[in-house]
Amino acid sequence: MRLVILDNYDLASEWAAKYICNRIIQFKPGQDRYFTLGLPTGSTPLGCYKKLIEYHKNGDLSFKYVKTFNMDEYVGLPRNHPESYHSYMWNNFFKHIDIDPNNAHILDGNATDLQAECDAFEKKIKEAGGIDLFVGGIGPDGHIAFNEPGSSLVSRTRLKTLAMDTILANAKYFDGDLSKVPTMALTVGVGTVMDAREVMILITGAHKAFALYKAIEEGVNHMWTVSAFQQHPRTIFVCDEDATLELRVKTVKYFKGLMHVHNKLVDPLYSMKEGN
Amino acid sequence: MRGGQDGARAPVLQFTNCRILRGQALLREDLWVREGRVLDPEKLFFEERRVADERRDCGGCILAPGFIDVQINGGFGVDFSQATEDVGSGVALVAQRILSHGVTSFCPTLVTSPPEVYHKVLPQIPVKSGGPHGAGVLGVHLEGPFISREKRGAHPEAHLRSFETNAFHDVLATYGPLDNVRIVTLAPELGRSHEVIQALTARGICVSLGHSVANLQAAEEAVQSGATFITHLFNAMLPFHHRDPGIVGLLTSDRLPPGRHIFYGMIADGTHTNPAALRIAHRAHPQGLVLVTDAVPALGLGNGRHTLGQQEVEVDGLTAYVAGEPPAHPSSRGIQESGCCSVELALEAASLHPAQLLGLEKRKGTLDFGADADFVMLDDSLHVRATYISGELVWQAEAARQ
Repeated sequence: MRLVILDNYDLASEWAAKYICNRIIQFKPGQDRYFTLGLPTGSTPLGCYKKLIEYHKNGDLSFKYVKTFNMDEYVGLPRNHPESYHSYMWNNFFKHIDIDPNNAHILDGNATDLQAECDAFEKKIKEAGGIDLFVGGIGPDGHIAFNEPGSSLVSRTRLKTLAMDTILANAKYFDGDLSKVPTMALTVGVGTVMDAREVMILITGAHKAFALYKAIEEGVNHMWTVSAFQQHPRTIFVCDEDATLELRVKTVKYFKGLMHVHNKLVDPLYSMKEGN
Repeated sequence: MRGGQDGARAPVLQFTNCRILRGQALLREDLWVREGRVLDPEKLFFEERRVADERRDCGGCILAPGFIDVQINGGFGVDFSQATEDVGSGVALVAQRILSHGVTSFCPTLVTSPPEVYHKVLPQIPVKSGGPHGAGVLGVHLEGPFISREKRGAHPEAHLRSFETNAFHDVLATYGPLDNVRIVTLAPELGRSHEVIQALTARGICVSLGHSVANLQAAEEAVQSGATFITHLFNAMLPFHHRDPGIVGLLTSDRLPPGRHIFYGMIADGTHTNPAALRIAHRAHPQGLVLVTDAVPALGLGNGRHTLGQQEVEVDGLTAYVAGEPPAHPSSRGIQESGCCSVELALEAASLHPAQLLGLEKRKGTLDFGADADFVMLDDSLHVRATYISGELVWQAEAARQ
């Protein structure tokens, strides 16, 4: 793995956004060649989305030939509910960029046949040629997407019941009322994300530090599903200082020492403008 | 695309780089319009999988719902209370000229007049949708003749009437058919007013209290019978008194029907009401504030003699004898300049609140999804740069035309 450590949340968000930007542009997407991007929700990626929007508004980055696949969506929440992931993606990303609505895929938590919806999603990913870069986060319980502790590490897109840790973490979006938080969600599986050609996990904040420790310094374990990515050939963990608080000093020093190498991935920052 | 309906194929217009008034706040959001109505872009994206067909950059302007003037007696030489053969043309002229003031809907107002005038004029002012031709007519506002002698203001004494003999029948005899009538201003202390208020309200007509010497109790009883508006608060009514606040006391009365509050019109031109009084009213009851012009035919014209119904009015600069209206259009800008309240509230007082008064708030006075796309483009000083009705540009300031 690469472990990229930045001083604070803003710098981590910016590094991640620059990386995504460069990957898209270097791919040279076009009409017959779409860049496929897996996307997360939650508070962690907000800064990254803001920077990507900034690059788009500056004319440096277009999403015209990008296809996106979101990781998950609540079950039973109306699509236009302010806390649905559809609303999140519209307000925090899609409405600010030039992506074709037909290329923005999010699981439908109100489908009549939920498993069929999940199977169809897997099929769409396959038809799109697989995911080039899957961006994700980590839950305080070490989950990736809604693959709660105990999820199979080779799982596919399916319905999951949320763990108490997750419900507690999400209560803040529902006026702190636990009874209002959805209890089920559709989610890509660990195996689905492992299939991506590249994976980038964003982890910021001290409250995620223990999960990060479990994910990268302990063994591969279905209780901390992000640990599965120890077996992925190309994973980047992007974090801030606070997220490293539970790691060994040795680990942190090693990877900080590699920052000059890591920074070559984001500097120079490419642009889609003419002459760049 | 999915769905074969023509509506779905209609062009989608996206107004960008603007702040829109929504939920009493100015939000940095785009305004999406299709087929004359405000569109939900999130729904368009996820369900129809479409983007805008055309984008218009608003240059950072404020987009507010079009203003609704529920009390305007005429303007630009037109007097709605004159019984001519072609009242329609006069209404049309005013409707067209007020677009430049950001007014997209209005209630032509008739002052106290003899029955012949009502019988001749009312059938000639039908309810009409707005468009490039002019602001929409929501219905007529009849101010008088059932008002108080002492508080008649500019209204001619000779034509004041009461309905104590035959209550609602007297009303019908005076006005004729009420099909085109939207608001009636009356004095509730007149005998049998409760029957009249109930009968008018049952027909969907908004009853307003004004030109009256009613005390608070009489006013409260009128509201309990169905009255929902106060015509130009403070003017032509008893002044606030701490032992009997009169009609003004309705703003804080606890004897109104549950779930209802009173709306009150204010002429925010700095002349009819001292700004300090305006602020007292607004602070006591901000959600009821409705800005009106009470404009007279002299609006937009110079000094000289003009009519106001059966009276003649002399206009000289900013004052008009017989309590008229200065030839400027007091608007949200005026009330905001008086330091009275926030921009957002001032804008709502000119759009949302009059729409709520008339029960139109689902379609008018708002930029919520599904509402009619009647809106104004304003600069930060609240000058009108452009006016739109049903998503169509109907007026534009000179400077903006380049």
